Amino acid sequence: MAIYEININSKSYKVDVEPSMPLLWVIRDFVGLTGTKFGCGIAQCGACTVHLDGTPIRSCSFPVSAVGAKQITTIEGVSANVDHAIQKAWIELQVPQCGYCQSGQIMSAVALLKAKPKPTDADIDIAMQGNLCRCGTYQRIRSAIHRAAELI
Amino acid sequence: MEKTASNINRRNFIKLSGITGAGLMIGLSLKGNNGVGQVANLSGELPAFNLTPFVIIEKSGTITIFNTSPEIGQGVFQSIPALIAEELEVSLDQVTIKQTGGEKQFGPMQFAGGSMSVRSNYTNLRKVGASAKEMLLTAASQQWNVPVTECRAEGGKILHSSGKSAGYGELVEAASKLEVPKSPKLKDPADFKLLGKNILRPDIPLKCSGKAIFGIDIAVPNMVYASVAHCPVFGSKLVSFDDAAAKKVKGVTRVETCERIIGKYKYPAVAVIADNYWAALQGRKALVIKWDHQGNETFNSKTYEQGLRNLSKKEGVVAHNQGDFDTTYKAAPLKLEAFYETPVVSHSPIEPMNCVASWMEGSKLEIWASTQVPGDIVDSFSKAYNVPDGNLKVNVLFNGGGFGRRLYNDYIHEAVQLTKKIGQPVKLIWTREDDTQNGPFRPMTFSAMKGALSADGKAIAFQHKVIAPSLDASEKENYDPNKPDGTMTEGISEQKYEIANMKNLYVYADSHIPYVAWRAVTSTTLAFAHECFIDEMAVKAKKDPMDFRLGMLTKESDTKNVLQKLKEVSNWDKPLPAGWGKGVAQYEFFAGLGGYVVMVSKKGTGVKIEKIYAVIDLGTVVNPDTVKAQVEGAAVMALTAAIKSGITFDKGQTVQTNYHNNQLVRFNEMPPVDVHILANGGSTIKGAGEPGLPPFAPALCNAIFAATGKRIRRLPFDINKV
Ligand code: FES
Ligand code: FES
Repeated sequence: MAIYEININSKSYKVDVEPSMPLLWVIRDFVGLTGTKFGCGIAQCGACTVHLDGTPIRSCSFPVSAVGAKQITTIEGVSANVDHAIQKAWIELQVPQCGYCQSGQIMSAVALLKAKPKPTDADIDIAMQGNLCRCGTYQRIRSAIHRAAELI
Repeated sequence: MEKTASNINRRNFIKLSGITGAGLMIGLSLKGNNGVGQVANLSGELPAFNLTPFVIIEKSGTITIFNTSPEIGQGVFQSIPALIAEELEVSLDQVTIKQTGGEKQFGPMQFAGGSMSVRSNYTNLRKVGASAKEMLLTAASQQWNVPVTECRAEGGKILHSSGKSAGYGELVEAASKLEVPKSPKLKDPADFKLLGKNILRPDIPLKCSGKAIFGIDIAVPNMVYASVAHCPVFGSKLVSFDDAAAKKVKGVTRVETCERIIGKYKYPAVAVIADNYWAALQGRKALVIKWDHQGNETFNSKTYEQGLRNLSKKEGVVAHNQGDFDTTYKAAPLKLEAFYETPVVSHSPIEPMNCVASWMEGSKLEIWASTQVPGDIVDSFSKAYNVPDGNLKVNVLFNGGGFGRRLYNDYIHEAVQLTKKIGQPVKLIWTREDDTQNGPFRPMTFSAMKGALSADGKAIAFQHKVIAPSLDASEKENYDPNKPDGTMTEGISEQKYEIANMKNLYVYADSHIPYVAWRAVTSTTLAFAHECFIDEMAVKAKKDPMDFRLGMLTKESDTKNVLQKLKEVSNWDKPLPAGWGKGVAQYEFFAGLGGYVVMVSKKGTGVKIEKIYAVIDLGTVVNPDTVKAQVEGAAVMALTAAIKSGITFDKGQTVQTNYHNNQLVRFNEMPPVDVHILANGGSTIKGAGEPGLPPFAPALCNAIFAATGKRIRRLPFDINKV
């Protein structure tokens, strides 16, 4: 066990955990932020996507010991009032079905728009293919990313 | 399903729903009405009631609507409350929606399955809203001493033509003393504000901000975490286990056995319990378990599938017989036969199976879960664990996908047994590997098809023989393989094609794998054989596949309407670019009716899907946008089942383990789906969640035949190499 001071959504948390524990379980079970989801545990589904200094990572496959002083952003930190352009577009186009994958989808989409404010379909394909959706919301995600690009 | 009701007295109910003071509670009395709800009032001083309270209006003005259908992604969190809100003249932002948890007073319809939610509630719930509104109107007219015809309800208020108005909360006390209208007047659909409209779903902002609470997000005080090891070889017995190393893992507190119960199957399991989930997982890895495989370790898909092919020579049990198939087929001038095969597949919702259960002193049990069947949990768990009536509480959270998987309570059994053993709340989470390897799964079906045509190319005889393990046999110990089994011949005798001579059959194949319903159930595999073979008949008849189908539909039917709509929206008759092909398929079954036209183009050694047109027939639609989403998603799920690996067995166990080798269609692989809804009224309402699945694979494979001349008769296939 070791004590880590990690920064999530601009707040500092102290946790006493195994160094090999994936960041996902630290966020969910120790910090208590449950918007970040567990789907596969092997970086295949993207449900656990968070940002590490703005870059999307799969927190299920990222040990807490590797976080260091970097800033973590989870779905709860995207906006205070569900009003990021991606979230607004998601609501306007009613993207989620069960919603379970959507925290991860939104984290990937937010990072995409930051890097490419006017993404092409090919850009979207690349950015989003690591996020599985069993409900099959892909076509709405594509439309919503284009819509969000207009809203920004 | 039979309706049941129990006696609830008013005090109990008020306590249960947490309200204080007089209010108006309107629900359905289910007693002696043959399952048809009678609107009733629970607000008066009546001692006992048989009632399903669906709406409560409190003096404060707070309005609570109870939703009995678990939200699994299908949008019932909006569509069910909207049925009441529409007639009550309130918007959904004016009400609190509460999910029911199998409580007896909410009746027997507390489940999500069979695409049933909206259609089974459509009239009853509107009556509930309409009755409450009429009582509020009457109360206002009496208070103001004006004719009720001069009053109207709007936005949670009763308004008088003079400009006077009163909120519902101000009127409930008086309203609650009135008689419930015997036959409340329902609104003219032309005046609907919510129903039939694309109303935003109230759960969506929660699902865009991480605030939606799924089963896996629940934490209760003093809770421990559990990870459960099952034997990868189906049907093994537990011999012994060594937990010394597991217990050395920091955080691990206990190791206990439990039993996974699913259908008729009972599987032994060993659970590692720890003060955090990661520790439980590490402890589980350190377990050394000895299993007795009982001969099941040689089971494999290849041999089993060959067995199915051999079984196809059996006559089987007759599922449906009309005209004289045998004689007509024998004498027919044109005939054909084909054999179709489909795979076992997994449900794989992204939220893994999980449950929090808490056993408390005095035989009290509380369960928190993502589940499709709270009503069933209350019924069956009270019995299985001797929990007295009223001592079992189930909390239904948002389900991170259902697809039929959460109709089964195996993971809930495990959590309940563990909390009972250790006397502490337990949070059990299956890993993705647990989910992929243990199933339950959708069974494969193999189909032996025969068809005959007259000399001028008219279909005169048809046979669909299903060879498969049985869903029913997976449930029941005393399954009789000599009786017809509707679970395995679903829909094959209900298609509207007018073919005079038809004999459909089922050959039962024994199995020891837990097979269960998957979204759209057996229709998802049978439709593939059925509608591809209809295509083969069209080719043999040298007819256009759309015209061939319509030619067998001389009478008016919803199927005919669906095909005509598909023809129109896909521009069926318009020539396609070189290298393209188009295919059509439809399927009608218990859940409803849908159809597709798919267009593909040749691309290298494979094909590319160019266009997907879908038509779903509902009769009446509550939220068109939600229905469209259901069909869009169904197409993705159907494409996965058609072109991804599916589930195979070797050495007694599932070969696939996680999403890397049990792949789902990804973002970049899915073309858009153009969905059209038929809602032309009529007496029946059809379902929305499932009908988008069955006809997809046959439409795709028929298109591939049109483009390449290659007839695909086995799923899955490689779309990059056909
Ligand atoms: S849970 Fe991390 S990628 Fe699936
Ligand atoms: S919305 Fe259900 S998994 Fe994506």
